[in-house]
Amino acid sequence: MEKTINLTLKVWRQNGPKEKGRFETFKVSNISTDSSFLEMMDILNEQLISENKEPVAFDHDCREGICGMCSLYINGRPHGPDDDVTTCQLHMRKFKDGETVTIEPWRAAAFPIIKDLIVDRSAFDKIIAAGGYVSVNTGGVPDANAIPIPKPDADDAMDAASCIGCGACVAACKNSSAMLFVSAKVSHLALLPQGRVEAARRAKAMVAKMDELGFGGCTNTGACEVECPKNISIANIARLNREYLVARLGE
Amino acid sequence: MSVINSRIPEGPLAQKWTNYKDHQKLVNPSNKRKLDVIIVGTGLAGASAAASLGEMGFNVKSFTIQDSPRRAHSIAAQGGINAAKNYPNDGDSVFRLFYDTIKGGDYRAREANVYRLAEVSNSIIDQCVAQGVPFAREYGGLLDNRSFGGAQVSRTFYAKGQTGQQLLLGAYQALMRQVNAGTVKLYTRTELVDIVIVNGKARGIIARDLVTGELKRHFGHAVVLATGGYGNTFFLSTNAMGSNGSAAIKAFHKGAMFANPCYAQIHPTCIPVHGEFQSKLTLMSESLRNDGRIWVPAKKEDAEAIRAGKLKPTQIAEENRDYYLERRYPAFGNLVPRDVASRAAKERCDAGFGVGATGLAVYLDFKSSIDRLGKNVIESRYGNLFQMYEKIVDENPYETPMMIYPAIHYTMGGIWVDYELQTNIPGLFAAGEANFSDHGANRLGASALMQGLADGYFVLPYTIQNYLADDIRTPRMTTNEPEFIETEKAVKTRFEKLMSIKGKRSVDSIHKELGLAMWDFVGMGRNKEGLQHAIQRIAEIKKEFWSNVRIPGDMKGMNIELEKASRLADFIEIGDLMARDALNREESCGGHFREEYQTEEGEALRQDDKFAYVSCWEFKGQDSEPALHKEELVYESVKMVQRNYK
Amino acid sequence: MSNFLTASIGRKFLMSITGLFLMMFILVHLCINLLLIFDDSGELFNLGANFMATNPAIKIMEPVLGLGFVVHIIWSLIISIQNMKARPVAYKVSQQTNSSSWASRNMLVLGALILVFLVMHIINFFWIIKFDPHSLSKVLIDGVEMEDTYTLVAGLFKASVVYDLMYVAGGLLLGFHLAHGFWSAFQTIGLSNKVWIKRLQFVATIYAILVAVGFSVIPLYFLIKF
Repeated sequence: MEKTINLTLKVWRQNGPKEKGRFETFKVSNISTDSSFLEMMDILNEQLISENKEPVAFDHDCREGICGMCSLYINGRPHGPDDDVTTCQLHMRKFKDGETVTIEPWRAAAFPIIKDLIVDRSAFDKIIAAGGYVSVNTGGVPDANAIPIPKPDADDAMDAASCIGCGACVAACKNSSAMLFVSAKVSHLALLPQGRVEAARRAKAMVAKMDELGFGGCTNTGACEVECPKNISIANIARLNREYLVARLGE
Repeated sequence: MSVINSRIPEGPLAQKWTNYKDHQKLVNPSNKRKLDVIIVGTGLAGASAAASLGEMGFNVKSFTIQDSPRRAHSIAAQGGINAAKNYPNDGDSVFRLFYDTIKGGDYRAREANVYRLAEVSNSIIDQCVAQGVPFAREYGGLLDNRSFGGAQVSRTFYAKGQTGQQLLLGAYQALMRQVNAGTVKLYTRTELVDIVIVNGKARGIIARDLVTGELKRHFGHAVVLATGGYGNTFFLSTNAMGSNGSAAIKAFHKGAMFANPCYAQIHPTCIPVHGEFQSKLTLMSESLRNDGRIWVPAKKEDAEAIRAGKLKPTQIAEENRDYYLERRYPAFGNLVPRDVASRAAKERCDAGFGVGATGLAVYLDFKSSIDRLGKNVIESRYGNLFQMYEKIVDENPYETPMMIYPAIHYTMGGIWVDYELQTNIPGLFAAGEANFSDHGANRLGASALMQGLADGYFVLPYTIQNYLADDIRTPRMTTNEPEFIETEKAVKTRFEKLMSIKGKRSVDSIHKELGLAMWDFVGMGRNKEGLQHAIQRIAEIKKEFWSNVRIPGDMKGMNIELEKASRLADFIEIGDLMARDALNREESCGGHFREEYQTEEGEALRQDDKFAYVSCWEFKGQDSEPALHKEELVYESVKMVQRNYK
Repeated sequence: MSNFLTASIGRKFLMSITGLFLMMFILVHLCINLLLIFDDSGELFNLGANFMATNPAIKIMEPVLGLGFVVHIIWSLIISIQNMKARPVAYKVSQQTNSSSWASRNMLVLGALILVFLVMHIINFFWIIKFDPHSLSKVLIDGVEMEDTYTLVAGLFKASVVYDLMYVAGGLLLGFHLAHGFWSAFQTIGLSNKVWIKRLQFVATIYAILVAVGFSVIPLYFLIKF
């Protein structure tokens, strides 16, 4: 049943990439527990606009948990205190009346802050550009059913491919490592015969780019898997390690 | 006559595309490098077009308002993508897919375009599989198909409930491969704010860097708009928060026709609005209607008690429930098409039988299916959807019926294009949901993904060459030409004007007002009086916006309120166009339902003798009404009949 | 190949290979040590220790083991520094307890404490046996004269409660370090998947308990019995 709560918000504010940031404290009241976390942020922003202040900048788009645009490190957890959801699907019934909620951006050297809670995740695009694809041009491909693929492989590839590129794995990892993200793409493509052909090249190129961009290394804490809104398994990281080592040691 | 020339190739329907390709002009490889193509939007259509043109050797500039091409809202499509592969051997063919699409569109789409769409559908599946899209497979290792609304065959390919995501990632990866190869230059967090026309041809755009706030001029020998639909005119829709119709309005202002703006699809199974703070509506897959029964209380007092929270749906006895779809449409029951199901829900709620706190919801009940098939079967079919529902609504749909209500989902109308996907402005193309071309008045499930990828992978890469072949001697412009400078200046003036209003109301509060007016008068049920009222109401909202909107901050740096305000100004214009088009179209067809034009049983009634045309609206200035042009629809291969689902 | 050992996965590969090697050593070491508590005369342990000291294969492995330790330690520092650089600004509020184990997040701390213990341990025993064998008394077993290391070890454990507790602590630290290190090593070299990850974690727990209990039980045995 609907009820309302009052909250104190401690929000990271930062005017630009090079500016110094700070926490600002706001109060919001009569927040319906049926509203989503981002709707609560909308209400905060309406309040700020009515006071002629600048609203808090945060990334969001589809608000149904698939585009990977929303982020936010809420009370010490990426995507906040619920499991298997993105921030846009986190609802206020997960919070208590009178609670203080600390909202921070993703923190990683590879994800510099653009403004307030918005970070630059173009590093992920650069990693994909380095090799996260199958090198086929449009047209001139064989019939879709020309190569049968065992269902378990196709299913595993699908599970790995469900990564939404939100960056929660990097945010959750104490090393700001992007290994779960990279491994998900390497696994997805390496599991399919179409992607197998250039699997070695892909693993090497993507890992090299990941290292270059300043992400940390994996120390297998497993936090990424727990905080991943799409349940991407760290078994993918083992597969990436295998692909990479075989590729490098075979040089 | 008019500016309307659809340029459909000669010859029999099945030969048109082949003939076109055989005789079109091509650009040789050394010239391709010298030609710049601007592609705005990185959804299925934009990303696939940018990747394909990049591979061919053109110099592509790709723009997205998001931080990454992968965020485009194509990613949210759940169900699947149609193709005429006939893998299940159930009698499918290119012609049948073509026919179903034309019929599903209520005979308001262009035959030649739709046939081409059906023709290239198979290549899309081949292409995606080659890219590594993990479509669902059978144990034998071959691709699995499912059936979808509006078809008698199983022709829908899917990747779990995330088909749009997987197809978009395929196109995104192909795009990033070209970025890596240097053929595509990617501009993220960059928004098109105007189109530059030089000597009557589209030659570039003015783009705003959303991080720095700077305006930049970009030259292109051709400009492609793949910017999606305008469903967010309604504020609440299943679209992403950033989806907008601004590119279409910019094109419209520059002289491009806006076609069929009133055709908007309303999806019947969305999670209902639950409060004023609501920002977006979440779609629950259409597949739920396979096993769920839709009902409302038969007695008004029961409905009132439920709304007051005094009664639970499970306490209503079977005989006091009104399974209104089964009652009205015994043949199709709960599986009537989207538009029919949506209108029936609205009718019950308007009559006072709606449930939920707001009274704007109906029940989708799985109890009889669970009793018949067992909880396990239902869980295996819809487990992820049930979980999503529970996360949002905090009710367990295994125990209590789901609440659903229709919501704006997709816009069939859009920028007018000819057979080559070129607008009436030479050099300006539109692809995907942004154009109007293939879905007529109503889109079938699993056809949006097909159209986006068809346009981007297999149509534009051909047709744009036919245009560019004449442009190989046009040197790159410096963007210091007067047309660029003037357009940029106009854009700057507009932004300054927005910033200078310094009123009292937030952008969202005005947008919500627009959305409400749209939903009430240009929504599921429209009538002459309501539409006239809507046009007046929208004019008031426009005035309110331009005199009382408040945008904090300044034009430098990131200013999200300014972005939203600029888009809302365009939505207001689209709202006006939608209302005008709906008023003009005195018939009911597909997603457009005029209450005056229905059969005795309340079904949509087309007026083929008067309205078998595409409405093309031409901009005549901010203070004048737009002018209507007509593209007559000629059906040579199919016969127009009335749809019947009784 | 040149930059393999500086690539993130390459560095971890080295950690994992040296880790696996050290874990094998620990198992052997534990087996020999357990001889301490199965024969109060010390004969068994002295035989074992003598075998380890004189066997040529073990002699060859000794510097390799030393190298293993050195590489494991140095690379752990390099990796930790790199990883810290990846997050220049820390979170104000961070709640990691439900997403990862304490040991997995604190391998460097555990490792450092183990290093302190190791230094003490080397001074206590290894140094004396290796470089000052004359200080040890000799025993004759089966006609072979050898150093009486049993007396050295048992003597320390019998004499000092503080040392006993230090060695128990050392065993526990090692246990925590290995509970994560064991399966993590397999994960890093790619010998894991959805099924095996759970099995490896299970074996890791067993192995860690074995090591922790095994090493702790020895000083406790002497503490309680004597």
